[in-house]
Amino acid sequence: MSAAAPALVRLPVWRARFVLAGFFAAFAVIAGRSLYLQAMHTDFLQEKGEARYSRVLTVPATRGRILDRNGEALAVSTPVQSVWAIPGDVSASPAQLRRLASLLGADAGELRRKLGDASRDFVYLKRQIAPETAERVAQLGLEGIYQHPEYRRYYPGGEVTAHVVGFTGVDEAGQEGMELAFEASLGGVPGSRRVIKDRRGRVVEDIESIRAAQDGRDLTLSIDGKIQSLAYAALKEAVLAHRATAGALVALDVQTGEVLALANVPSFNPNNRARLSGAQIRNRALTDVFEPGSTLKPFTVALALESDRLSPATRVQIGNGGLRVAQHVIHDPHPESVLTVAQVIQKSSNVGAARIALALGREDMWRLFQRAGFGAPPQLGFPGEAAGRLRPAATWRPIEQATMAYGHGISVSLMQLARAYTMFARDGELVPVTLQKSPLPAPGTRVLSAQTAREMRAMLELAVQPGGTAPRARIMGWRVAGKTGTAHKQENGGYAADRYIASFVGLAPVSAPRIVVAVMIDEPAGGQYYGGVVAAPVFAQVARGALRALGVPYDAPLEPLPLPGAHEEAREST
Amino acid sequence: MEIAGYPLRRLRAQIVEGIDPTLFTLALVLSLLGLAVLYSASYENATRVANQTANLAAALLAMWAVAKVPPQTLARLAVPAYAAGVVLLLAVAGFGEVVNGARRWLHLGFMRFQPSEILKIAMPMMLAWYFHRREDAIRLRDFALAGLLLAVPVALIARQPDLGTALLVAAAGFYVIFFAGIGWKVLAGLGVLVLASLPPLWGLLHDYQRRRILTLLDPSQDPLGAGYHTIQSTIAVGSGGLAGKGWLNGSQTHLEFIPERHTDFIFAVFSEEFGLLGNLGLLALYALLIARGLTIAAGAATLFGRLLAGAITLIFFTYALVNMGMVAGVLPVVGVPLPFISYGGTALLTLYVGIGMLMSIHRHRRLIQT
Repeated sequence: MSAAAPALVRLPVWRARFVLAGFFAAFAVIAGRSLYLQAMHTDFLQEKGEARYSRVLTVPATRGRILDRNGEALAVSTPVQSVWAIPGDVSASPAQLRRLASLLGADAGELRRKLGDASRDFVYLKRQIAPETAERVAQLGLEGIYQHPEYRRYYPGGEVTAHVVGFTGVDEAGQEGMELAFEASLGGVPGSRRVIKDRRGRVVEDIESIRAAQDGRDLTLSIDGKIQSLAYAALKEAVLAHRATAGALVALDVQTGEVLALANVPSFNPNNRARLSGAQIRNRALTDVFEPGSTLKPFTVALALESDRLSPATRVQIGNGGLRVAQHVIHDPHPESVLTVAQVIQKSSNVGAARIALALGREDMWRLFQRAGFGAPPQLGFPGEAAGRLRPAATWRPIEQATMAYGHGISVSLMQLARAYTMFARDGELVPVTLQKSPLPAPGTRVLSAQTAREMRAMLELAVQPGGTAPRARIMGWRVAGKTGTAHKQENGGYAADRYIASFVGLAPVSAPRIVVAVMIDEPAGGQYYGGVVAAPVFAQVARGALRALGVPYDAPLEPLPLPGAHEEAREST
Repeated sequence: MEIAGYPLRRLRAQIVEGIDPTLFTLALVLSLLGLAVLYSASYENATRVANQTANLAAALLAMWAVAKVPPQTLARLAVPAYAAGVVLLLAVAGFGEVVNGARRWLHLGFMRFQPSEILKIAMPMMLAWYFHRREDAIRLRDFALAGLLLAVPVALIARQPDLGTALLVAAAGFYVIFFAGIGWKVLAGLGVLVLASLPPLWGLLHDYQRRRILTLLDPSQDPLGAGYHTIQSTIAVGSGGLAGKGWLNGSQTHLEFIPERHTDFIFAVFSEEFGLLGNLGLLALYALLIARGLTIAAGAATLFGRLLAGAITLIFFTYALVNMGMVAGVLPVVGVPLPFISYGGTALLTLYVGIGMLMSIHRHRRLIQT
């Protein structure tokens, strides 16, 4: 070895050849690999490369607005920005972070914690901030912090229209109310487009639109913003004044079947739903049923008038305030021993109504209730409409037939009740109701003869005169008609002694009815609980405002109406 | 023409004296190509290109200066350069600056640099000097001593940890030992020894180093972590196709899918934009440069010159091979720049100092073939 070494040093020819061979072999490998990647595999790799930057984006469709019948916005989508970051790319000074935190209204420590997790590629810093704030965030020019546009649903009507309009979730899908019922047409159809994105997800180039987004269609409601606002205020005032747990109100246009106002108390602010209870969200007027009480008396009386067996002037024996049916006794607080049919309505006599009912066939009564729309949902297309309970006539015992005449043993929603009254307002026709604007007169379904309906209106007008149960329902300038209801609440299968539902359903003006307004106050606890005292004034306020807003001509002298004297207001039997 | 009484022609002759036109042209073409690719890789950012142009000017100046230094002087500088390098490496181990988990940098107040860079040139100089001194009676123990001289700095660099540079310095030293004529049996024995030491060495590797090697075998194992670089660069190279997407049009590059696109992965940018033809052209340029270097080595007047020239040339070759192999996905990811192309002043300076040494050796070549 040691002898051979010097010779090798002087003559490293084969070594040089070996090096050259290795050198060419190595370069051949690189050239071969290059050939493999760039000539044989290029399509596959180009495709994979394209997959890295070519993205199909969903283009959100702008959600349609919800408007009231006059075009006032009740729900609109406003553009907002959501701020997000790639934590690993963010290099901001503590001062910049504090500034960012104060702009976003976030806690600086929380922000630092979010940005500290460098293993994440995407973190929301704040969703849905106002465009002006977003602009100021952008002006900070912070690296690694990005924004993307979103829409936020805003409800200008707030708590006043909360129940009808409903609301959407964060992803802008309808969750409640009309937002849910009309999701398909409001939501529109999202489109898509192909873009080039860089590694950070920024859109670098728009290549093509695959499908244009179809924006959602606007939805115009039948609700009249002015009447709705008045209705909500009057209802809330009454609920507060009488320390009631809840209240509901429905106002209908008799000619078109449009719901002009639909209010519930308690309500909620749909723009800030941080704390919501089920009680606030419930659209009582549509989803809750109750035993209506005396507001059902006119239907029994109308049926009796239709049978021609009696007229408004027919005298009905009341006895001394008690009627025995089987082993039950029906009481009346009224002192009179004899009332006319009209007075039964005017003074709301239970015994009178029961006597009239017992003279009728239970099948006929059932058919009238059924044709009045009880026992079936009112077909508004609103989520969760209640049908109420109307038992088949074959199961009615005589006492049940008697109590059903004054609204017990049957349950209805306030919307059903309001709609049923349109048969008195429209000369015997029941009108289909709708929450969408449809200003043309709607064809109704005839339930009563025009003659009966007119006679009923006259009786119902008596009920709001002095001597009736609801003189407080009167308004200056228009003749009104209506019926009170004061029912013990059902409780554990029986009736609660001291908890009531006070209601009033009325129509106006009597000469050519235009509106029906139904008011329900749940558990008034302020000492007063009669429908004529608690609910009728709400009717008066709303009816006056609605008739004024609709431009309905006066049909009564414009003279002030004195409050009823102590003996001018009949007490209703409960 | 004269400037201040000095004939211009003689001035020019003095300036170009010792500059080998072939080497100079090849290196300059590669460097200019590098600037063009850098311009694309930095999204047409002129500042970065200007910086690299300044680096290039400094490197050319260094080359010019080194080319004027005769090989004998280089030989005398070998021991001090090597010693200085090792001392600085020890200094790094003692109080170097930790960047990205590795202790590689030494802070000198006004600048910081990696002492390991010195060894890339100082190592072959030192070993060439040693074998040159023992020229007439190189024995096995000389190889053993050379091995020791090689092992100490390589171990220091590997501990930083900087496996890529350690391997390159080891390769530089190995080339000298190889050209000095180490016997095949010894070489084979060493080879066996290296293979046998692989399993325990594997245990000494850092997790990230092991991952890089495993990832090479199957990049899709960890597409977002260690495999990310290899997958992205392979896609970029393949996307180039036959003729490339054209200068400034590499979409993978320009959409930031290529990591380290200015430095270690600049070959991916080049490949995507110039395609297979560009790659073959680049390989040809490197081949010509290396051929020229080997010719100079073969014609060197002294053993020192021959060993040094051979080692420097093969270092160029190794750099190019390791970098392209890494980007093309046939070698593991190690931090080795593409010679003359990648962004970075220190690497460029080292390369041009090497070129200058080649020129110096060529200028003092044997005039009579033996």
